[in-house]
Amino acid sequence: MRRTILKTFAASLATLAFGGLTSHAIAQQKPVELQFYYPVAVGGPVTKIINDLVADFEKDHPTIKIKPVYAGSYQDSVVKALTAAKAGTPPQLAVLAAADVFTLIDEDAVVPIDSIADTAADKQWLDSFYPALMLNSRINGHTWGVPFQRSTIVMYWNKDAFREAGLDPDRAPANWDELVSYAQKLTRRDASGNVTQWGIKVPSVGFAYWLFQAFTTPAGIELMNPAGTKTFLNAPQAVQSLQYWVDLTTKYKVMPTGAIEWGTTPKDFLEKKTAIIYTTTGNLTNIRTNASFPFGVGKMPTKVRGGSPTGGGNFYIFKKSTPEEKQAAMTFIKWATTPERAAQFGIDTGYVAVTPAAWETPAMKAYVQKVPAAAVARDQLGVSVAEFSTHDNQRVTKALSDGLQAALTGTKSPKQALDDAQREADRILRPYAR
Amino acid sequence: MNRSSASWVPWLLLLPALVLLVAFTHYPAAATLWHSVFSTARAGASSVYVGPENYQALADDPVFWQALRNNLLFALVTVPVAIVLSIVMALWVHRQVPGRALLRLAYFTPAILPMIAVANIWLFFYTPQYGLIAQISQAFGWGDHNWLGQPGTALPALMVVTIWKEAGFFMIFYLAALQQISPTLAEAAALEGASRWQFFRRVQWPLLMPTTVFVVINAVINAFRLVDHVVVMTRGGPDNATQLLLYYIYQVAFSFWDTSYAAALTVVLLTLLAIVAFVKFRLLDSRTHYQ
Repeated sequence: MRRTILKTFAASLATLAFGGLTSHAIAQQKPVELQFYYPVAVGGPVTKIINDLVADFEKDHPTIKIKPVYAGSYQDSVVKALTAAKAGTPPQLAVLAAADVFTLIDEDAVVPIDSIADTAADKQWLDSFYPALMLNSRINGHTWGVPFQRSTIVMYWNKDAFREAGLDPDRAPANWDELVSYAQKLTRRDASGNVTQWGIKVPSVGFAYWLFQAFTTPAGIELMNPAGTKTFLNAPQAVQSLQYWVDLTTKYKVMPTGAIEWGTTPKDFLEKKTAIIYTTTGNLTNIRTNASFPFGVGKMPTKVRGGSPTGGGNFYIFKKSTPEEKQAAMTFIKWATTPERAAQFGIDTGYVAVTPAAWETPAMKAYVQKVPAAAVARDQLGVSVAEFSTHDNQRVTKALSDGLQAALTGTKSPKQALDDAQREADRILRPYAR
Repeated sequence: MNRSSASWVPWLLLLPALVLLVAFTHYPAAATLWHSVFSTARAGASSVYVGPENYQALADDPVFWQALRNNLLFALVTVPVAIVLSIVMALWVHRQVPGRALLRLAYFTPAILPMIAVANIWLFFYTPQYGLIAQISQAFGWGDHNWLGQPGTALPALMVVTIWKEAGFFMIFYLAALQQISPTLAEAAALEGASRWQFFRRVQWPLLMPTTVFVVINAVINAFRLVDHVVVMTRGGPDNATQLLLYYIYQVAFSFWDTSYAAALTVVLLTLLAIVAFVKFRLLDSRTHYQ
């Protein structure tokens, strides 16, 4: 009797152990593990949003494990990813600046997306994104990046400040002349002549070249060719654009002199130190959450046309990863860009949802009804151009940014600054121009 | 047997230190020198011997010259000011003043804060319109200044941060040195009727000389190694006004991926630091009296 009990006990124990083991073994069917680098360039809890996104994905796909790694600014992230790639341990997946695409190709670090996603359905999927967002992706007949946290430059304005200055709080300045006259009315000085509220702030540290495109695009000039081998930095329209930017500080005195920080610009706006700012639509949720006043969002004022450069980050898949890892990365990318997910990410951050289908989802429709400002960046996509991007991108960009800062701080004339930048860019791009 | 063992035992004892020294100091230095005469390998083009080409490029590079000028200016201003300040502070907290421990702690605080945190705090101080300095100056009606955004004030603004940080750190060395000086000297000087200045000039200052040598060398080396503040506060801008050598090396190596040119820049930096070390060992040491 006692023996039987013991036997049964042993048997059930064995079943338990083995049964446990089998189910354990199934669960452990070696999930594919991916490292995923991503940058943060706007205010707000983007790290948490990304972590939640990945957690949601893993719930749907238990065989794929993704480790998100916050890698700093866009510049820091590409440095980290390329350093890791050169050391032989790149992430399999990363969100990096759309503008760094030439660098990633030249360094042989990434694979074309269409080499993994090559079915007819995949081709259809790649064509489902806004064409403007693909301008920085399609190079040499391949698609190298998939739009994810993408943006355009938009104008945010303080409606209270507009009202106090006697302006229509619901109408943004439509062109360059209007921008100046609005900003003049919005610039407020105290009794001793010190400015308490600036008319406008356009940041010039961080992404100077990008904000410059917010002037050159309406002026009707693109700063580089699609192949990324030539720049047109000192074209007359470019010089005119920089002159206008400089005039905002020196001639019209509606913007503070000296370099203006990218990172503090939204804060300046929230602190009511400036009535208008230019920044990415990616800051929309941040500003919406923290603004103590009603604000408006507008497109870039026109000169000869409207428009903004696109910006932000694309998904890239790194070359040094196994076929399974590449497939798993692809699964994640497709999942993250489904209309529902793209819409949710757009709502959470303010970045522009990357496909027209995302704007047709019920969640997005409800959101746009509540926050019409969200649609501004989308509507601006129709007149948007590629972000400034060339071979040896960081170096050419630095030459341009240095020139812009020299002009904005008054050490060089706009013409001189852009001539110098163009000469430097020519020198850097000579090996690629052949 | 005995004799042969005697000859390798010291080497064996040296080995751990030697391995570390070679692995982390000598090999990287030699490798840098070696890489600096080759071109950077790119996808499709492997690295080839180019001789002094990188150094010629360096001579024509305005950003390099600006970084070098900035760095020299930076050292010339920050080192003497930080040292004078640290001596004054050390003399102050060396005496029996009320709240001495608190004062010492206050002066030393900047040295124990992480550099990045320090830079962020100062970034807030310098922010136009609502930063600390702006708020104070506006309260007095002096208006507003974009300290980090103007080429004329960006580098001096960084210098202030460095002086603020270094002076507190050096104070500790001077304080320790002052406490080593025998109190009998002070008593003797008091008997002779020497003034405070005479006592400092004739007794304390000469006895502090070894500390000063140590501090000067460290301060100069720190000035050429500075990078944290630049990264957080200005990223070398506006228009390279705050470009310093080490930050430029970082940009060239990791933003531009021109590693061989970065190696050439590094060789220049190493040479500068070697000169500083040489000055210490050959010139200053021989003129310094150690107790």
